[in-house]
Amino acid sequence: MTFWNDPVNFIGQWLQSVLVSWGVAPDVAQIILLVLGAGILGVLGLVWVIFLIWYERKIIGRMQDRLGPNRVGPWGLFQPFADMFKIFTKEYITPDGADVVPYNLAPVLAVAGTLMIWGVIPFASTIFGADISVGVLFIIAAGAIGELGILFAGWGSNNKYALLGAFRSVAQLISYEIPMVITLLIPVMFSGSLSLQTIVQSQSLWYVLLAPVPALIFLITQIAEVGRAPFDLIEAESEIVAGFNIEYSGLKFGMFFVAEFLHAFTAALLFAVFFLGGWRGPFAEQFPLLGFVYLWIKTFAVYWFTVMIRGTVPRFRIDQMMDINWKMLTPLALVMVLVTAVVHALVRPIGSPVVSLVALLVANLVMLVITLQFIRNSARARRRPMVAPSTVVVARPEPQPTQSNPE
Amino acid sequence: MDWLYIGVFMLVAAFLPAAAITAAGFLAPKKPNKVKSSTYECGIETVGESWVQFKAQYYIFGLIFLIFDVELVLLFPWAVAYNKLTLFGIFEAVLFVLILLAGLIYAWRKGDLEWI
Repeated sequence: MTFWNDPVNFIGQWLQSVLVSWGVAPDVAQIILLVLGAGILGVLGLVWVIFLIWYERKIIGRMQDRLGPNRVGPWGLFQPFADMFKIFTKEYITPDGADVVPYNLAPVLAVAGTLMIWGVIPFASTIFGADISVGVLFIIAAGAIGELGILFAGWGSNNKYALLGAFRSVAQLISYEIPMVITLLIPVMFSGSLSLQTIVQSQSLWYVLLAPVPALIFLITQIAEVGRAPFDLIEAESEIVAGFNIEYSGLKFGMFFVAEFLHAFTAALLFAVFFLGGWRGPFAEQFPLLGFVYLWIKTFAVYWFTVMIRGTVPRFRIDQMMDINWKMLTPLALVMVLVTAVVHALVRPIGSPVVSLVALLVANLVMLVITLQFIRNSARARRRPMVAPSTVVVARPEPQPTQSNPE
Repeated sequence: MDWLYIGVFMLVAAFLPAAAITAAGFLAPKKPNKVKSSTYECGIETVGESWVQFKAQYYIFGLIFLIFDVELVLLFPWAVAYNKLTLFGIFEAVLFVLILLAGLIYAWRKGDLEWI
């Protein structure tokens, strides 16, 4: 292990040897390094948001035929810093009668729930926070903390609109959690482990190829979990003023935005880890830093896609959103798990990865066609019958003089 | 050691935003007044209790969510053991999921999945 192929662990070991040479007990030195590592990862995660805000504003600007931020610094790169310093000096306005404990806890929980996920993500073969044996369950549990933050925000604000917004958003978030968790069963099934590192290592064939339909369901539910367009009913300006964050100001309000951007990026990161092979790529085992680059490229591809969706697709109505989840995604996800399990078990005795790949692809394609046919039929059934034109003549148009040819 | 890291990281993840909010609290001005800190509802005075009741339909969505969440807790061990299972074990899980799918269709037919 040299500095160039594994800098993080190299520096870690060097620091530990320095600490031990100063007379610190090896166990204590290890714990000091652990706390240091956790602090660095947390700070990097939050600082990364500053870049994400710039990136997303730039893309959305281009999509809407604007330039996006371009004044402060090269390509407007320092614009988020300027915004950050401004929001730091803004007053906190706490509404009368607010329930202070949930009110102040909510922005912290919203960020913490997302940031915690970063603790178990394998960034490269040797660079990861912790490789726990129940990583998938930890991700689901940590994601639920963010929902708690939103409910706290709505409850603590002493505002009807905030409470209605919180109720709506919690209904959306818990509903979309179901298909998300169901589709997570499929990577777990293929790899036979709940540890994220093992799931990445077993993806010699990307799971998006073995299970394209569940991967698509996972992506849709992740966008809904983040609460972005087209699922941005959490912040419906035209209906409930702003949603759960009306009564927040200053950095407490900013923290909800930090949480949203961080969650959007984390969603892309999770998609890359579960379905796009994580850090795997040529030479990623020998040079862990290269694996990190691969993971970041894949994540940015997915993130870019979600931003494009945000820029193009109009918002759903709330009942349509619930219908999509309960009447389409949940049954489809359940059936996909069954189909994948049975098909994979049937072709497994043949022992050829190509056969399983083709069989699973065909199964996914068939399920997709059946689903589309179901949607088409239900749309046809729901179409309103054509109303016969009224027979009462209100005004008859003047008969136009017919044009005759000059010949 | 991994679990210690998770514990420390959870504390760090909660500490960092809390520290930022507290620091900004020292920098920011504090000039509260009666109008500024009143509840914001498009400029109209709040009428009645602001902790309003929500429709009962909501409760049923919560119940369905709970059923499926418990189901998934039972399915995760099956998914971990999937590669070692025989075809019989897999079909048992298929039966289990089909029963729950029937429950979902029942709720659908009863009209409990409509957001009114």
